[in-house]
Amino acid sequence: MFALHLDEKIQNNSAPLQVPSRNGYGEGLLEAGKRDERIVALSADLTESTRTLPFAEVFPKRFIQVGIAEQNMASVAAGMSAMGKIPFIASYAMFSPGRNWEQIRTTIAYNNSNVKIIGAHAGVSVGPDGATHQAIEDIALMRVIPNMVVLAPADIHEARKATLLAAKYDGPVYIRLGRSDTPVVTTPESPFAIGQAEVFYTKKAGVTKSVGIITTGTLAYNALQVAVELEKGDLAVGVLHLATIKPLDTDALDDFSADHDIIFTIEEHQIAGGLGGVVAEYLSEHHPKRIIRLGIKDMFGQSGEPNELLAHYGLDVKSIINTIQQTLAF
Amino acid sequence: MHYITSADVTRLELKANEIRQSIIEMLYEAKSGHTAGPLDMADIFTLLYFEVLRHDATNPNWEDRDRVILSNGHICPVLYATLAYAGYFPIEELMTLRKFGSRLQGHPHRESLPGIETSSGPLGSGLSQAIGMALAERIDNPYSAKYFYCLTGDGELNEGQIWEALMLAGKEKLHNLIMIIDRNGIQIDGDTQDVMPLEPLAEKLEAFNFDVQEVDGHNIRAVNDAIGKAQAVYSQPSVIIAHTIAAKGVDVFERDFRWHGNPPGKGPEDRVPRSEQEKVALLKLRTLAGTISLDDL
Repeated sequence: MFALHLDEKIQNNSAPLQVPSRNGYGEGLLEAGKRDERIVALSADLTESTRTLPFAEVFPKRFIQVGIAEQNMASVAAGMSAMGKIPFIASYAMFSPGRNWEQIRTTIAYNNSNVKIIGAHAGVSVGPDGATHQAIEDIALMRVIPNMVVLAPADIHEARKATLLAAKYDGPVYIRLGRSDTPVVTTPESPFAIGQAEVFYTKKAGVTKSVGIITTGTLAYNALQVAVELEKGDLAVGVLHLATIKPLDTDALDDFSADHDIIFTIEEHQIAGGLGGVVAEYLSEHHPKRIIRLGIKDMFGQSGEPNELLAHYGLDVKSIINTIQQTLAF
Repeated sequence: MHYITSADVTRLELKANEIRQSIIEMLYEAKSGHTAGPLDMADIFTLLYFEVLRHDATNPNWEDRDRVILSNGHICPVLYATLAYAGYFPIEELMTLRKFGSRLQGHPHRESLPGIETSSGPLGSGLSQAIGMALAERIDNPYSAKYFYCLTGDGELNEGQIWEALMLAGKEKLHNLIMIIDRNGIQIDGDTQDVMPLEPLAEKLEAFNFDVQEVDGHNIRAVNDAIGKAQAVYSQPSVIIAHTIAAKGVDVFERDFRWHGNPPGKGPEDRVPRSEQEKVALLKLRTLAGTISLDDL
């Protein structure tokens, strides 16, 4: 059954509202900026599409336009944080952290600078822009950097909360966001904390065979639909949403893994180094169990509509169900 | 502008000489590290920390201090030695450079040692950070008299990020930003003119909306005057191209790119055998390149 804090439309199995998760960043940044005047925002010529614009309009003196120069943006932010500011830098994930990874590592993380890095347009669901603009490596890049917190919110509400919490957290934080319309699965009241995984769907009782689905970012809705569909048969299915990739909520993983016979991870990211990597690394050391990783398998993305692309890479509801059923058949 | 007397110049030159001797000793003990840049920037570091900067070694995090952002982190032996002589930490600690457990990391780590404003090593990101600091200062205190000194190498200017940063500094007219380039003409692979020509450097920097001065980087009075003029510029960021002699102070090491990345004891052997490199370097420094006798010391 659905967690009771999820959106009403989700609970009722009706079509959810669709909004890009990056909108939550725009709302959260403006809200955080009003509460704390140390917050500044930087943009590398993507102010509107990263949703930095509302902040820039309300606080023009606390907004820095650096031009198309992501390496400079990361280090300028590190410098501002050395003077007590709380900088948010926003670009597409392909360019930040894609283009400026070393500057993030050395000038932000090694200095333990209080800089927040917003990677919008992550995943293949970026759509028609194609492979050059679809970051499917950013979780791997960021989670291997010491001091870095890595968040991948499910929807607009989680993105807003992630932004507000990042503003209060003292240290570097990466927030991964999507471009396209994303089903709204949570509400403004749903629980959300850094380092805390949430069970979005609890498996039904009285069934012997159970499947645990672990997801992150904007594929939460697909995971929920898969659970509903599969539970119509003789399978029990649970869904655990990891909005925080790092630090890992190991307690939640311990419990979830103990409760399910087999684990599937679902992500819009390379399975190597992404959520699948995170879960496999932890569980293989602590609770060895069969883990099947669904995501991008050592390939680049391509142009297309988000739904076409998710289907092509095996991440739409139908493909996920097929994979799970085929896996269980053997 | 802050004037210095001829007596000040003599005092600073002697201090720079002490710092150079420590640099040789540290590098020899460490058995790795960079020699040329630290030696040729010793005069400028001494001038900054013993004359120009508003700072307090007993309170390294004093909010109103000027900031020195070392962008070419590999010349940190000169930063460490100058900080130690200025009282930030014990001079004896210099001999732990690059050793396990030392606060004197091979390249500077801000979290390890007092007086370090940023971690650096990967080239080209210091100017951006200095800009970030100056931008933050302008938000909080538009009439600030705080200065942000960014020290870079010349080979470092090969990095694209430097030019991203120059554009932003010019756009934002950051008058309290003073960039000082160590124009020693060498980098690891060879002379800068061969590896990647930078000239006409002054014209390039001017085209990026900087106030540009060129100065003899070993003429302490001239550098002090240039810094004073840079401080007075209120409509633009400033850059001082400090023409230095690579490895200045040890004539048998000077102007040779092979001394960029080797310590005494591991440098080129054509002028001094490796076994003699430390001894000869210290002797040259202690006798001011042979102008005074050791017996007089």
